Amino acid sequence: MDAFLDDLSTAAPRFWDGLVVTLQLGLGGAAVAFVIAVALGLLTLSPNSWLRAPGRMVVEFFRGTSLVVQLFFFFFVLPQIGLELDPIPVGIAALGLNYGAYGAEVVRGSLAAVPKAQWEATTALSMGSVQRMARIIWPQAWALMLPGLNNLLVMLVKGTALASFIFLHDVTFVADDLRRTMGKLFSFGIGFAIYYALNQLLSSGMRILELRAQRRLGLKPESRKATKRAEAVAGVG
Amino acid sequence: MNWSWDHAAAVLPELLSAFLRVTLLVTIVSSIGAAVLGLVWAIVLREAPKVVAAIIFRILDIIRMTPIPLQLAAIWAFVITTDVEALTVGLIVYAVHYSTYMAESYRAGIESIRPGQWEAATALSMSKGRTWRAVIIPQALRATVPSLGNWAIAMFKDTPFLIMISVPEMVTAAEKYGGSTFSYDEPFILAGLIFLAASYPTAVLMRKLENRLATY
Repeated sequence: MDAFLDDLSTAAPRFWDGLVVTLQLGLGGAAVAFVIAVALGLLTLSPNSWLRAPGRMVVEFFRGTSLVVQLFFFFFVLPQIGLELDPIPVGIAALGLNYGAYGAEVVRGSLAAVPKAQWEATTALSMGSVQRMARIIWPQAWALMLPGLNNLLVMLVKGTALASFIFLHDVTFVADDLRRTMGKLFSFGIGFAIYYALNQLLSSGMRILELRAQRRLGLKPESRKATKRAEAVAGVG
Repeated sequence: MNWSWDHAAAVLPELLSAFLRVTLLVTIVSSIGAAVLGLVWAIVLREAPKVVAAIIFRILDIIRMTPIPLQLAAIWAFVITTDVEALTVGLIVYAVHYSTYMAESYRAGIESIRPGQWEAATALSMSKGRTWRAVIIPQALRATVPSLGNWAIAMFKDTPFLIMISVPEMVTAAEKYGGSTFSYDEPFILAGLIFLAASYPTAVLMRKLENRLATY
């Protein structure tokens, strides 16, 4: 046990450095992906086919051509046309574009799943398109898209493990590197634990957002206390 | 960027050969493995005693939430002293990783079967095995096949992670060509187009299949 703790205190700073890289890629990539997903999702839902067609092409292109290919393209080809970028922004761009394209499908599907009558009602109330989206459609679609976005977030965090392909020292790199000095069971065990804990944390954060979104729409009771009160009033439970 | 048809013509055969020998092989073999394993997980999670099912669920959850490159590197580190090939490690890791996703697809398919079907099987005093084989699985598959296909496409696009254990798949071949000639654009653009050309029609096919198989 003492030996384990000793190993842990030796390995901790290395893993911490790796985690910082993984988090930069994961959170940066997620932020870029979200913006792209919303923009492309709205574009591919547009009634104007001059907007919709290019949107669809971009989505299918980035979904279809594999994340690693995109990463290498940005990393090796862009410098040749004079666009020198650090590896971290390259990784964030590749993750953001790839998962943004997947996210666009989630956003589009969720917006399209909002019942037609809701759209019609906004027309009947002569709402403008911005007001309609912001006040009526988006809040309902938001609750629908969160489970899908949650899955994509986990996949994006897993996708950050390609960092070592562009010479970054992320958690996967550190785990693979420390196996020589600290033993494979130890180093990979910590590696697995870090990703699992990180994804569980992010997932439960997304679940909280989902519950809040549902509550705002009146789909879930305010809190557990409120449920109890409601049940007491109704004479059940 | 200066596109050269000479480079494109030189690298294309190398890419296609790596594509056929590794990328496609891994996709097909591991998809079949994942589809079988996924069904096993789905059945075990329903039928096994609660404690066993909870442990298996947790293990599958860990596999699902950790990256493939880390899994490849970990398994490779343990077998590197034996004569297991890197490609075999790849086949197993991809099959197991995606089986955890496919298990979820099967679960959804099994849950979509109405309880009357289970009750009817009981009423006819079918054995458990026969209920699964003759009643549940055929109906569940109908709802599950398009989703399995989509996971296979996702696996296909994840095959370049095999770089982690130096299996010579298509993107490795592209990088090697780029490294030796300093022209990276042709190999990576072609590799991307090959991925797109193979995955987009399959994705459209899955969408069509989904619409055709949808019964309710």
